[in-house]
Amino acid sequence: MTSRAIKNVSNEDLREKARMIRLETLRLTDICGSGHYGSTFSMAELVAVLYYQLLNVDPKDARWADRDRFTLGKGHAAIGLFPVLADLGFFPKDWLDTYTRFGSPLGDHPDMKKVPGADFSSGSIGHNLSVSVGMALGLKRKQSPARVVCLMGDGEQAEGQIWEAAISGAHWGLDNLIGIVDINAAGSDGLTQQTMKTEPLKAKWEAFGWRTFVLENGHDLDAVSDTLNRALNAPDGRPTCVLAYTVAGKGVSFMEHGWEWHLGFLGPRDLEQAYREVMEGHIG
Amino acid sequence: MNQYVPQPRAPGMSYMTAEMKAAIDLSESRVGDMNDEATWDMAASLGLSRQLTTGEVLIGLADAGRDDIVVCTADLGRPTQVINFGRKYPNRYFNFGIAERNMIGAAAGLATTGHLPVISNYSFFLALMGLENIRNDICYPNLNVRMIGTHSGIAMGFYGTSHHCNEDIGALRAVAGLTVMAPCDGNAIRSAFRATIDHHGPIYFRAGRGRETVVYDTPPAWEIGGSNTLREGGDATILAIGNLVAASLGAADILKREGIAITVVDMYSLRPIDRQPIRRAARGDGMVISAEEHNITSGFGSAVAEVIAEEGLACRLHRIGMPDDYSLLGPPTHLYRHYGLDAEGVAARVRKALGKGK
Repeated sequence: MTSRAIKNVSNEDLREKARMIRLETLRLTDICGSGHYGSTFSMAELVAVLYYQLLNVDPKDARWADRDRFTLGKGHAAIGLFPVLADLGFFPKDWLDTYTRFGSPLGDHPDMKKVPGADFSSGSIGHNLSVSVGMALGLKRKQSPARVVCLMGDGEQAEGQIWEAAISGAHWGLDNLIGIVDINAAGSDGLTQQTMKTEPLKAKWEAFGWRTFVLENGHDLDAVSDTLNRALNAPDGRPTCVLAYTVAGKGVSFMEHGWEWHLGFLGPRDLEQAYREVMEGHIG
Repeated sequence: MNQYVPQPRAPGMSYMTAEMKAAIDLSESRVGDMNDEATWDMAASLGLSRQLTTGEVLIGLADAGRDDIVVCTADLGRPTQVINFGRKYPNRYFNFGIAERNMIGAAAGLATTGHLPVISNYSFFLALMGLENIRNDICYPNLNVRMIGTHSGIAMGFYGTSHHCNEDIGALRAVAGLTVMAPCDGNAIRSAFRATIDHHGPIYFRAGRGRETVVYDTPPAWEIGGSNTLREGGDATILAIGNLVAASLGAADILKREGIAITVVDMYSLRPIDRQPIRRAARGDGMVISAEEHNITSGFGSAVAEVIAEEGLACRLHRIGMPDDYSLLGPPTHLYRHYGLDAEGVAARVRKALGKGK
């Protein structure tokens, strides 16, 4: 794979996009009645940098053969992806107002048959890195310059299929494949490392033959941008894994650093406080 | 691409009430008196699924001396409500993280050491993802494992296809040696575990999301190969499972007002199936109506069809269930209405089967 250039986007712009992701997550959760706040807020900066700075996609031609692919292994965070796809113009913004309502294309997980810009469906944890291996193999065979990025959860690292995919990605030297692990430490039953210890992840991914970058603060825009840029645009013959340490619920004080807001709902006063904190916050 | 006509924004759909919160242990929740009544987090969400009584019944059995019971889950101890068992018996509670196939194999291993593992997980990840492990590791060796697959059918609504499970009956009914049963509410789950605890061999319980309409005020009679006739009427018979039991009882109420009297049977034992109610309906009414929250291809209705054909029961079979397709997204109640799986929908199908009304 060849290296390639990066789009010039300011941190101010990226910060506002990440803020938009959080605000829309709050709004759509209110429409739905429940939502994965924690998992979505933790990935906001990662998604903003990917979609507004790094990924080579064309909203006018969502199925463009040489587009970069993005798969969301942690599909329950789709509520944070849909506003980005709408903002980029993959589908009309008023679709967001229908989130999870009867017959809507937008549900709790991305659905490739219903949502333009969703490169693959997900919802069952552990599938999408394998799918991404297949995409990367196919794109290589077609000599496409496209990259394949799979964003996983840290709880997802317990799935055996992740490590089957890891073995095959290294075996075939898929340097067009980038796995990102959003290590927000929170899962459905509690803190992920207490439920099932998957650390040390760096030693594991390196042992499986992946070039491994550790992103100490997945909310620091300079660091996110620099690390993901190297991961996507400076290939070295191996697949790359980015271990992004993040904060579950980042941006809303009463949600941060816990597993409790992996899923939940806010009544009107609590919602207002969350809106205010996100509006006033300065992340990255 | 699907055509979609935007709908006006509906007010926030919150199911949480102060009573629900008061009924559960909130010690692990971040939600307290300072929050809105409608606010809930992961820990408080247990209050929403009160019909999932698995943890409670297993604690009762363990307290009564069943030292062999151990519980397995895959990061779903909270949503499937076995976490309380883990709190009381931490050394007998194994949370494998999000690793379903590993959990199923390990449960088989536990069973070989004289334990009675109970796997509690979402039905789609347990029965669909784990099918081959269930077959090879648990059923072929005929091990004593209990599995409860929750949130079956389209109960997860807007979570989408990955979280729907309209195939588990069809898949598991084809696995030799596996007993398959469908407890339709919290009391049925209590009976299902207690009545079968000494059964030798594996059992899969197909359960709902825990928000089901209550059918049984007390734990009902329960046996492998049994059924419960809940309503008697001479015009037609609905053989139902799961959520469709309550829907069929609702349909019976609606039809009664129209002078139509129907029999409703909870056919909770899917495999082996109770043949008697099928014979009785076929001979008495000249037709059978099956009702399930599952693909009508290969599901409960197909099992009823096998009995009708094998026994030469000359009758028409009307199958109520999910069409052979993937469900739309939406709130579960809207989906039940759309697919005719609520009381009105069942009543309409009965009228049509009887040649009455539109």
